[in-house]
Parts: sequence; structure tokens; C-alpha cells
Amino acid sequence: MGIEILGLPMMYYIVMVVKVLVAFVFVLLTVAYATYAERKIIGHMQVRLGPMRTGWHGLLQPIADGVKLFFKEEIVPSQASAFAFLVAPLIALVPAFITFAVIPFGGTIELFGYKIPLQVAAYYDTTAGQVFDVNVGVLYILAMSSLGVYGIVLAGWASNSKYSLMGGLRASAQMISYELSAGLSIVAVFMLSGTLSLTKIVELQSGFGGFEWYIFKQPLAAFMFFVCSLAEINRTPFDLPEAETELVSGFCTEYSSMKYAMFFMAEYANMVTVCALTATLFLGGWNGPFAVAVPLLGPVYFVAKVYFLMFFCMWIRATVPRYRYDQLMHLGWKVFIPLALVNIVITGIIGYFI
Amino acid sequence: MNPITPIINGLSITLKHLFMKPVTLQYPDERPKVAARFRGLHALNVSHNKAKCVACYLCPTVCPAKCITVEAGEDDNHDKFAAKYEIDMLRCIFCGYCVEACPVDAIRMTGEFELANYHRKDFIYNKERLLEKK
Repeated sequence: MGIEILGLPMMYYIVMVVKVLVAFVFVLLTVAYATYAERKIIGHMQVRLGPMRTGWHGLLQPIADGVKLFFKEEIVPSQASAFAFLVAPLIALVPAFITFAVIPFGGTIELFGYKIPLQVAAYYDTTAGQVFDVNVGVLYILAMSSLGVYGIVLAGWASNSKYSLMGGLRASAQMISYELSAGLSIVAVFMLSGTLSLTKIVELQSGFGGFEWYIFKQPLAAFMFFVCSLAEINRTPFDLPEAETELVSGFCTEYSSMKYAMFFMAEYANMVTVCALTATLFLGGWNGPFAVAVPLLGPVYFVAKVYFLMFFCMWIRATVPRYRYDQLMHLGWKVFIPLALVNIVITGIIGYFI
Repeated sequence: MNPITPIINGLSITLKHLFMKPVTLQYPDERPKVAARFRGLHALNVSHNKAKCVACYLCPTVCPAKCITVEAGEDDNHDKFAAKYEIDMLRCIFCGYCVEACPVDAIRMTGEFELANYHRKDFIYNKERLLEKK
């Protein structure tokens, strides 16, 4: 490999692209099979079986769903504003996936003589001998997750239908109010870590044999962040934007075919991202026993934590009924934001005296 | 009231249900156990190689859906018998009154419940189709 780009050999770039592809495909597969897992888990929680007939125990169900949606007719309502209608699913989907770029899913592994940090937006500086990643990783995630709401609001507006508009309006109000408390609740984590870089935050949680997790120091913040994130990504019990009992299907009422599938994928990709972020911030990321000594254990721990949190999301969905709109606003503004502020103050006071 | 406890109780209930045996019946693969008193497709009882029905017309009289058609005939022993016995399954409401009304125990209801067909005429069950299968 004699070709060099910016002083780095071709192989380095190939390895980097492979890393990105592996991460992306893994997230895509997780998103696809999260739908299957959700149907299966909720089915069994309701003493049913869930999908059983496509493949062994319904294992091919996500693929069958995908193929079906792909071949369905694309319908653009005649009164819809076509451009916004077409672009809205993309605006919802893209931020959902690119958020994953800054989440570290493992330590640094050595491949073809290059040290590769297992994080999409990171590189290993050989002269400095350390990993550099996006040093405002959390800020980037908060920014991207608030971009996702534009897709939903735009979808609601562009559909030119009352149900969609109601869904879009609800989504905007809900996501903006819960973003505040989600953002405030992780401020307490930054006060402990002193950095916004997710790699550093994971490193700081590696003590006690990989169990010095922030959830033990900040249980309230962890709880609030997880609940507010559920609200931000419109999971039950906060799925008011698409409350099918009131709004048919909310913002995606008028959508069909692949465009509907994109909203669906965005929802599940958001769930993966939120669970990955919660695992990174509060459950020690890829840390665990022997994770530093055996580099390949890191991704295993990380995936296990993310899947546990996703199971928890589905478990909550099978249990808790949907909140009423005023209850939702009450919970966001009058419970979580004051609690988050109090948590920050207490963390500050304790941090000052220790 | 503390809002967390009910949610935790609910979560524990759903978790318990996760490990229960599902009640789902995988229908075409698994067959349901039909109860003995289930009111499915009718069958005409047979005795001495012929239908027990004596064409007394009690069943078409009692039938609330008016789905039974009986025509009497006379056999070689000058006994009355049902020359024609038809039940229109599209009209039948499976109430079982015909079975209750029958004085000679000539009609009963079986556990057969898969009565779908492609043509309307196939839903009219004549005497041959209703005769007890051996």
C-alpha cells in the first residue's frame, strides 16, 4: 500500500471505514430486530407468543415487514406541501443515526498495526499517545436529538391534516420541555466528570474493577435522564405525538410505504441511541471486569448494557399506560426541572466540600 | 400518593407474566380442544343403517332462523321418513333448539367448526352431507 493521503497510508483509511460500517450496520440490525424483540417481549408479557410464523419463531419478521413496506404505494396527499412532506422523514431519520457517531462502544483495539479507538468520531494520535474524540460529544448529541423534532413537526405540518398537525404540535411541545430536564439532569454528571467528551466520561467510570458507575453517585440524575429521554423520543408512556386512540397515528397519519418506515426506524434508532447514551453516561459505557485487559470484552459489555436498557424500555411500554397531556406537561415542568435543579445544587455543594 | 410504587408494582407484574406459559393456540398447527357440549355442525344420527329422523317437522318449527327444510316421504314399510333434509348454514345461528326439540334423538351437533366454503350453494347441507360419518 504505497498510496498515502494526508500522511497516512491507505490501509488506515480502509480500517477506519470498516469500523464505521461495522458500527452502522450493527445499529441498523439492532434497530430492525428491536421491533421484533419489542413485539416478542410485549407479547410474552401479555401471555401471548408474538410473531411466530415468518421463519423460526418469527425471526424473519423484521425483514418481511421491511419488504412489505418497501413495495407499498407511495401516497402524497393532494393537499400536502410535497417538498416538506418528502423531506420530513429524512430529517427525522438522519439525526437519529448520526447521533451514534460520538458514542464510544469499546476501548482501543489494534488492527493491522494501527490503534483504532472503538468510537466512530475518534482517532488515536500516535505522537500524543492518546485518543482524541469530539470533546463536546454530549452537546453534539443534545443538538442532534433536538434536530429530530423538526422532522416530526414538519411531517405534521406538511401533511395538511388535523391529526398530523396535532401530533406535530404535541411533539414539539413535549420534546422541547423534556429536553430541558434531560439536559439539566446530565449537568450533574459533567460536574463530576469535568468534561463533555464521552471517552473521558467512560474512562472516569473505570475504577473499582469497572464498576465506578455514575449511576451510584447520581441515581436521581440517571433516573431523570432516562425518563426524560423516553419522553424525548416519544416512547410509551409518553407517546402522545402518535397517540393512536386520539390522533389516528399522529404525525405519521398520512405517511405510507418507505416514508412511514423511515419514521419507524428513526423512532427505534433514537431508542438505541438514548439507551447507548444512558449506558455511557451512567452505566460505565464499555467498562466492566477485565474490559481494559481484554479489548474485545468492551463492546460486549456495552452491547449488553444497551440491550438491557432497551429491554427496560419495552418492559415499561408493556406496563405503563399513556400519560394525559396535562399530566405530561406537569411532570416535565413542575417535577423534573425543579428536581434536576436541586440535584445540580446538591452536587455542587457536595463537590465544593469534598 | 407516592407515584413510584404503583409503577414498580406494575413492572413486577409484567415481569412475572413474561415467564408464564403463553395461552396462544397456534391454530392451524395446534387444534383446539372442543368441549363435549360445543354446538358446531349438525349431524343426523343413524340407526339400523338409516337416519333416525321421522320427519315430524318439530325442528323447522322451532328453528328461530328458519334454516331447516324438511320434506316427508313414505318408505317401503309405510313409515314416515325425511325424503329431504336441508340446513342452510348461512342462516343457522347454532342455537341447538333443533336438537332440544327432536323427540327421537335424530339430530345432534358436532365439534366441527371449520365451515368456510367458496360458494354460497356449498353452505346448504343436504341429508347426505349431514348423515353421521362412520
